[in-house]
Amino acid sequence: MDEALLRTLTPTVIGILVRRGADFAAAEDAVQDALIEAVRGWPDDPPRDPRGWLVTVAWRKFLDAVRADASRRHREVRVDAEPMPGPVEGVDDTLQLYFLCAHPSLTPASAVALTLRAVGGLTTRQIAQAYLVPEATMAQRISRAKRTVSEVRFDQPGDVATVVRVLYLVFNEGYSGDVDLAAEAIRLTRELAARIDHEEVAGLLALMLLHHARRPARTGPDGRLVPLAEQDRGRWNTRLIAEGVEVLQRALARDRLGEFQAQAAIAALHADARTTEETDWVQIVEWYDELVRLTDSPVARLNRAVAVGEADGPRAGLAALAKLDPALPRYAAVAAYLHERDGDPGTAARLYAEAARSASSLAERDHLTRQAARLNARLRR
Amino acid sequence: MKYLLLKHYRGAPAAVNDVPMDQWTPEEVSAHIQYMRDFAARLEGTGEFVDGQALSPEGTFVRYDGEGRPPVTDGPFAETKDLIAGWMVIDVDSYDRALALAGELSAAPGAGGKPIHEWLEVRPFLTEPPTITE
Repeated sequence: MDEALLRTLTPTVIGILVRRGADFAAAEDAVQDALIEAVRGWPDDPPRDPRGWLVTVAWRKFLDAVRADASRRHREVRVDAEPMPGPVEGVDDTLQLYFLCAHPSLTPASAVALTLRAVGGLTTRQIAQAYLVPEATMAQRISRAKRTVSEVRFDQPGDVATVVRVLYLVFNEGYSGDVDLAAEAIRLTRELAARIDHEEVAGLLALMLLHHARRPARTGPDGRLVPLAEQDRGRWNTRLIAEGVEVLQRALARDRLGEFQAQAAIAALHADARTTEETDWVQIVEWYDELVRLTDSPVARLNRAVAVGEADGPRAGLAALAKLDPALPRYAAVAAYLHERDGDPGTAARLYAEAARSASSLAERDHLTRQAARLNARLRR
Repeated sequence: MKYLLLKHYRGAPAAVNDVPMDQWTPEEVSAHIQYMRDFAARLEGTGEFVDGQALSPEGTFVRYDGEGRPPVTDGPFAETKDLIAGWMVIDVDSYDRALALAGELSAAPGAGGKPIHEWLEVRPFLTEPPTITE
């Protein structure tokens, strides 16, 4: 069965139900039910017209739900079994769904869950597995999110920045369980980019493609984290890099710089270098300056210190670092790296061990512990 | 029967091979990580693995401080506090099996490639009451 097709059709079908008069929450539930039925039934009996099938089944599910609800409340509700003739063909409300699911009234976690279900066409179970929470918890999160946006008018124009942020969060979650969230985020960003001409949507897409291209080289065969400098660049996906660079160049040509374009530009410069030594660090520092100007983010400043250390030497990097708050996440790891480059393995080893203690992921902790162990072993010799 | 295997950063009796991890060789670190992965994978294979999580050493105590007040915190943890590093939940046929598995986990290699002989805590879960009680 073509699960990808099923997922692509999801927002379209929700849009059609809404245009026929269903409210968003009910339409979304009905389409989710239809999806689950499709997953069960299509492998044996694939429909000739998948979209038509989904619309018919989802509409029936919607009517069933409305009738059940009406009889529960002992109220007489007249629902037309025949859908209203409406401007259904040729209209695509998918973009509106992106805006609704990323509405600013939602918390990031709720917006992510709702986007993956209503726009991404994932089942509640798949989303729950990907985020390592019980299915019932995820179901509650989604229905609460739908209640939160129930008053939002479907045809209001939304804010692209919120949508882009939600997709960025999905991408950054990586993958655990059956669903590859990074790949899903790329698919959703592509679909968005096809519907709206916006430089930061393109910037985000480029950023995702350029990072996704490195994924095969980012982990070793034993699951360990391989840092950028040590990655086998022959394993980078050149097709994705080429696409990412092209998307980025078109975005940059519009001369409306944003944080995702700046981040993508940095990723593109890394992708362009055959080795760490060949990397154009001077240009990378310039892009970090732009990023700091655009976001004023302490994380950007921290990464900038690393780039300065490569461009102008570790002393300059340490000087840039000295202006930042040592409580920043990954501060100790960056300091360790720069001190090692500066020829002080003792300090570097101590800082790597400290960084390992405050790491936020197991892979990162293992990596930092190995770095400390490597330097300590060298010091003992 | 479900058991919790608890690993401590601090608070358990000292291990036999008690050397901080950053003082091992990188190869010893890798061997240890691989052992832990293999152990979990094997328990998944035998149908005995339920869950495993690692915890950051950072943490703080929190308590209610009365109506309308924000909760009081006490932390970060004092150096003397018993500190849990992580856990594994297993579902096994007997207490003896739980002990045997905890023993294997404690044999994970450390400095010098030798077993750490680390002390692990084995704690039975309280269960639902059985349907038939007489």
